Amino acid sequence: MNVDWPWPWLPRNVDKIAAALGEHLYLALLPVLVGLIVSIPLGWAARRWPGVRLVLVPLAGVLYTIPSLALITLVPLLIGTKIIDPLNVQVPLAIYTIALLVRSVTDALLAVPGDVTAAATAVGFRESRLFLTVELPLAIPVIVAGLRVATVSAMSLTSVGALIGIGGLGELITEGFKRNNAVEMVVAIALIVVLALVIDALLLLVGRLITPWTRVRQGASR
Amino acid sequence: MKRVIAGVATALAATLAVSACGNSDPLAEDTPTNSSGESITIGSANFPESQLLAEIYAQALEAKGVSVTRKPDLGSREKYMDGLKDGSIDLIPEYTGSLLVFLDEKAEATSSEDVYAAVQEALPDNLIVLEKSEAQDKDAVVVTEETAERWNLKSIEDLVPHCGEAVFGGAPEFQTRPNGIPGLASRYGCNFKSFSALEPGAITTKALLEGTVQAADIFTTDASIAANNLVVLEDPKNNFAAENVVPLINKDKASDTVKETLNAVSAKLDTEQLLELNAALNAPDKPEYSDVAKDWLSKAGV
Amino acid sequence: MDPREAGGEPVNSTLTWLFDPDHWSGPTGIPARILEHLGYTALTVLVAAAIAIPLGAVIGHTGRGTFLIAGLSNGLRALPELGLLTLLVLLTYVGLLPVVISLVVLALPPILAGTYAGIRNVDRAVVDAARGMGMRGGAVLWRVELPNALPLILGGLRSATLQVIATATIAAYVALGGLGRFVIDGNNAGAGSPDGYPQMAAGAIVIAVLALVVEGVLELVQRLVVSPGLRDTATRRRVARIWRRPTPDLVSKST
Repeated sequence: MNVDWPWPWLPRNVDKIAAALGEHLYLALLPVLVGLIVSIPLGWAARRWPGVRLVLVPLAGVLYTIPSLALITLVPLLIGTKIIDPLNVQVPLAIYTIALLVRSVTDALLAVPGDVTAAATAVGFRESRLFLTVELPLAIPVIVAGLRVATVSAMSLTSVGALIGIGGLGELITEGFKRNNAVEMVVAIALIVVLALVIDALLLLVGRLITPWTRVRQGASR
Repeated sequence: MKRVIAGVATALAATLAVSACGNSDPLAEDTPTNSSGESITIGSANFPESQLLAEIYAQALEAKGVSVTRKPDLGSREKYMDGLKDGSIDLIPEYTGSLLVFLDEKAEATSSEDVYAAVQEALPDNLIVLEKSEAQDKDAVVVTEETAERWNLKSIEDLVPHCGEAVFGGAPEFQTRPNGIPGLASRYGCNFKSFSALEPGAITTKALLEGTVQAADIFTTDASIAANNLVVLEDPKNNFAAENVVPLINKDKASDTVKETLNAVSAKLDTEQLLELNAALNAPDKPEYSDVAKDWLSKAGV
Repeated sequence: MDPREAGGEPVNSTLTWLFDPDHWSGPTGIPARILEHLGYTALTVLVAAAIAIPLGAVIGHTGRGTFLIAGLSNGLRALPELGLLTLLVLLTYVGLLPVVISLVVLALPPILAGTYAGIRNVDRAVVDAARGMGMRGGAVLWRVELPNALPLILGGLRSATLQVIATATIAAYVALGGLGRFVIDGNNAGAGSPDGYPQMAAGAIVIAVLALVVEGVLELVQRLVVSPGLRDTATRRRVARIWRRPTPDLVSKST
């Protein structure tokens, strides 16, 4: 049986594609943002208290290992949502983001050179100001690296939700599959990949822009 | 530091803006402004014909000024019945035979009239069916032309001696439905070698044509049957009862306007029309459900 | 569709389904599906390793073709498995081969990256010593670089295995077996049925537990197999420099 390649489908369905795209971004990016915000205090706590680190790091590893289809399916059990609730995809994505970024934040904070911290404290920086204006900015490159991985993963993972009816571009994939429409499938796949790479590049750019000192350092060492 | 704050703030704002662009409730559709003050939510199952019928109902009702919310592709009957019960949807196109068996496993009725009457009795208080249409779309055991020749098959009874060496393909729920695999086993003594769970539609036909499965559950109005010279096996023991298309609706939403409109649609639908509609949907340029529905409604003069 | 309607307490009904002895026997039972699942995984990882380890070793040893490593890792990270798998099935046929091919494609990057990093990471002094002893290219690769690269190669294999275990859940969508079967079938059965959400959730639990058990086993294997001289943090820091990232285990999660 031949696969159909109805190219006219594409211009005719720009609205549908745009709507699916918007939904996909909502499903994928909001949890990453939330995950980022949550990871920072968690990472701070893990850096500060080795006991917390001892619990959080293995826990993060365990959570990250659980396949997404499993978590997406179990969310209704854990927080009582209905089966086609977008939260079922967003909660696992947030969990994966936190699991990934807590490590990054912790490692980055631990890597801040001791003399920098000492100098700042000597000049009179209190702990909160030290954290916000010295340690966190120095940690940004590492956090951005983790954020990039988390975002690209999230864009791809969101499509798994389509298997149990939770939207985004994944639904274009399953619909195309059911109706023998390869164009619909290819468009959805391509959009996911392109979007993910574009966002990845944007994050890299923003990361570099807000940390001018890393560029200087790299230039000098070459 | 200011630069950092500015950068992070921009990034956050951008993310929020972008994710807000997305529909905050993916299940909700924009409800158009209406003139009759009535509103109704129409759902559909996870196969193209159901979605098309739902779209036809939707557009017919909208033409009469009813405000319609669409919730398409809700899954199998087992899944969307919950939606009807809890009010997430009010109306869905249904098929009398399968609906009856779902409501009453032991139902014996097979003819159009008997099944329709039995359905009306079996439905819970808050749900009713409107007038049934002549159009039928039944489950069926379908084989390729080649298989039919090889094993000399005209009816399911002819298949029985070969069931043990055949793999059957169908939707996952066919495996447990009373008129699915269990029905074939108990009525015909047909026990397949194994079952392959496939999405209804193109992929099931594909698996049948490629020989991955030797027999499959393909709906009788599926355009691929004619397009590929597939053979629908006869069902002398009536495992698959009559399946007239009928609107299943929440009693409270069945206003006179709604009833009249949908009954008019049902009157114009017959099996021939369904076959044509499916063929139109299956055309190589993959038209949207809304376009095919619109065409049909204007031609049918509803 | 509210899971709470699935016969009362969803947790109870899930556990009931999970521990029902009927569900643990026969060709559609949990053990059978676990075996199928592990079978797909093993086959995929073997094929992917057969391709990626030699490729990564050659690229790492000769230093040519490094664009492949970066390019593949980046691009494939973003590729949605559901899309690749279903598209391939649609383009070819419903069966094991297209599924394995799409799984292999996704398993390649971690193994490739791990092997490449492993080879590059080998202490130049060791390689020099080997050359000084008279070993030529192939021997250096085979007898010195690869054994020293073992921890990272194993790391890549571990990563790939976990990835495939997660992705193989999707195979059920295209009529194959494996643990995804419970999620897909349960999803179609509807929340009101005892074989609906309880089956989905029970399947999800088995999937999660299997992933964790395999990860634990592989961690153990890695510890046992890797030579003690390579287990220190100096190795990890050296590798970190190769990737210009803080730690190399920022593994992307694609399923």
